[in-house]
Amino acid sequence: MSLAPAAPVATAAARALRPAPPGAVRRPPLRRRAATWGWGLVALVVSAAFAFPVYWMLNTSLLPTDEIIGPRLHLWPDEPTLRNYGTAIFEQERSPFLPALGNSLTVTFGVLVASMLCAFVGALAVTRFRFRGRRAFVLSILVVQMIPGEAMMISVFQLVDGWRLLNTVLGLGLVYLAGVLPFTIWTLRGFVAGVPVELEEAAMIDGCSRGRAFWAITFPLLAPGLVATGVFAFLQAWNEFMMALIIMQRPESMTLPVWLRTFQQATRATDWGALMAGSVLVAVPVIVFFLLVQGRMTGGLVSGAVKG
Amino acid sequence: MSSTTLQAAPPGAAPVPRASRAIGTGRLLPWLLLAPSLLALAVITGYPLVRMLWLSLHEYERAQLMGVPAEFVGLANYTDTLTDARFWSVAARSFGLMVVCVVVTITVGTLLALLLARLGRAMRLVLSVGLLLAWAMPPLAAMLVWGWIFDTQYGVVNHLLTAATGTSWMGHSWLIDPLQFFAVASLVIVWGAVPFVAFTLYAGFSQVPGEVLEAAQLDGASAAQRFFRVQVPFVRSIYTVLIVLSMIWDLKVFTQIYVLQGIGGIKSETSTLGVYIYEMGMGQGHYGAASAIAVLFTVIMLVISAYYVRATVKEEGDL
Repeated sequence: MSLAPAAPVATAAARALRPAPPGAVRRPPLRRRAATWGWGLVALVVSAAFAFPVYWMLNTSLLPTDEIIGPRLHLWPDEPTLRNYGTAIFEQERSPFLPALGNSLTVTFGVLVASMLCAFVGALAVTRFRFRGRRAFVLSILVVQMIPGEAMMISVFQLVDGWRLLNTVLGLGLVYLAGVLPFTIWTLRGFVAGVPVELEEAAMIDGCSRGRAFWAITFPLLAPGLVATGVFAFLQAWNEFMMALIIMQRPESMTLPVWLRTFQQATRATDWGALMAGSVLVAVPVIVFFLLVQGRMTGGLVSGAVKG
Repeated sequence: MSSTTLQAAPPGAAPVPRASRAIGTGRLLPWLLLAPSLLALAVITGYPLVRMLWLSLHEYERAQLMGVPAEFVGLANYTDTLTDARFWSVAARSFGLMVVCVVVTITVGTLLALLLARLGRAMRLVLSVGLLLAWAMPPLAAMLVWGWIFDTQYGVVNHLLTAATGTSWMGHSWLIDPLQFFAVASLVIVWGAVPFVAFTLYAGFSQVPGEVLEAAQLDGASAAQRFFRVQVPFVRSIYTVLIVLSMIWDLKVFTQIYVLQGIGGIKSETSTLGVYIYEMGMGQGHYGAASAIAVLFTVIMLVISAYYVRATVKEEGDL
């Protein structure tokens, strides 16, 4: 997807893949080559250190139990086995995997669709209209993002309880919707404001109706912004743990993060192999997805903040 | 409710290059468009905020949940909190952890941003992928993996230390001693927070004009001087945003502490504000007292972010 000039989402990670900026300091070739190798080695070590937990999760998930809790350390699986995955998916009798997956998917997609719809029309309202109370609204969504959910958990819990929506996908989904809306409206607002109204006006002069001008001209330019905010809402709902912990307490209503916690009980030893397999099931799809879309995630904080 | 638990792009990310002119001046239409968001925020964020204040001013325990009328107690919950030594040790712990994590995160993030700028294309990709993997890992899964890495009986850390030092570390608990507990917690929090900081600063540094750096070099500025006198001032506003956001994120860590406690930490010696509110409220049913702490917590957060909000409003000019 090409980025519209109107929405300069500079992506830091993508920029990391481009050649160094000009002005790199000139050095004598030999010393420079040695330095390049040196820094390359440092980068390799740092990269491995950051990736290590992901590797260790994968490694452990593929090891047989006797190698996981044996006296010898296994840095890679000699004979990889999928038995831990079987245990994680089929033998977690206290709270089964498939319902948890279903709950996570339902909540995530529900929040994604609802938040995108609400935020999209909301962003249009605050950018394309001037009305009394507009500034106050924009300011309040900025401030609300700073209020910690950790502080709100008790009253939110009681609210959902009062609606008789504890342990329901709808109850958790509504909490997530309110949680992501301020950020999604704020971000989309920037994208909408970046599309000049003149484009639409020009199309209307050429004979388009206002609605057609908007859908044909402005909306396609907003696509990158919609993708970026959608990805955010998706990841937020998929990964959230604390609210899910207090709202989804029954085994059949748990989302995946809460389900993962059930592998550890005070009464018996943790089955690390199954727990790591479960973690892989929860984490790897997200990691792959994130690597694919990260360019849309790291927003144009920089272009906004640096005044050249 | 804040949605910054995911370490994604911060709020205010999208720049507004030019104010788009208003096209509508209708009275009703904008409010109609805002209605769904307004309704959701008023009911699910606004009301609980008011309710939190109300709870903090009342005697509210499990009995009140069952229908016993709640008695208005004025500021008693607040005075109880502020004279409770446990609250102060929780607050001190939270702030200590936050300061350590923010300082280390910003320092390491800066070093890695400079490293990214110095690397060739291939190695830059290698480092970026490593950072992205850490960034993309869902927090809860990440915590369980870290718990396994530091596991008392079979953890890889104890294995490696045993191999490296020749003395047996097998069976060493990393979570029983509060200091070691927080060392592990800091490591995990920094690991998760550094990638975003490093990428953002790298992007910022890459916008520093090369001519300015070359001119500084010709004038005899050392590498350190070029960094502190040219590069840092150029990205000062980015540093401000990153520091404020990091302070907020690190002060309200919940998942990391909660999970580490579940694996083997001692709650009374390792709770931070978020976990403490959970313990008092959801755990023990002291809803009124926990709400008083929650209100204080919210005020602290708003004070920390006030500067950032003001700067953002100024930045945007026409909100």
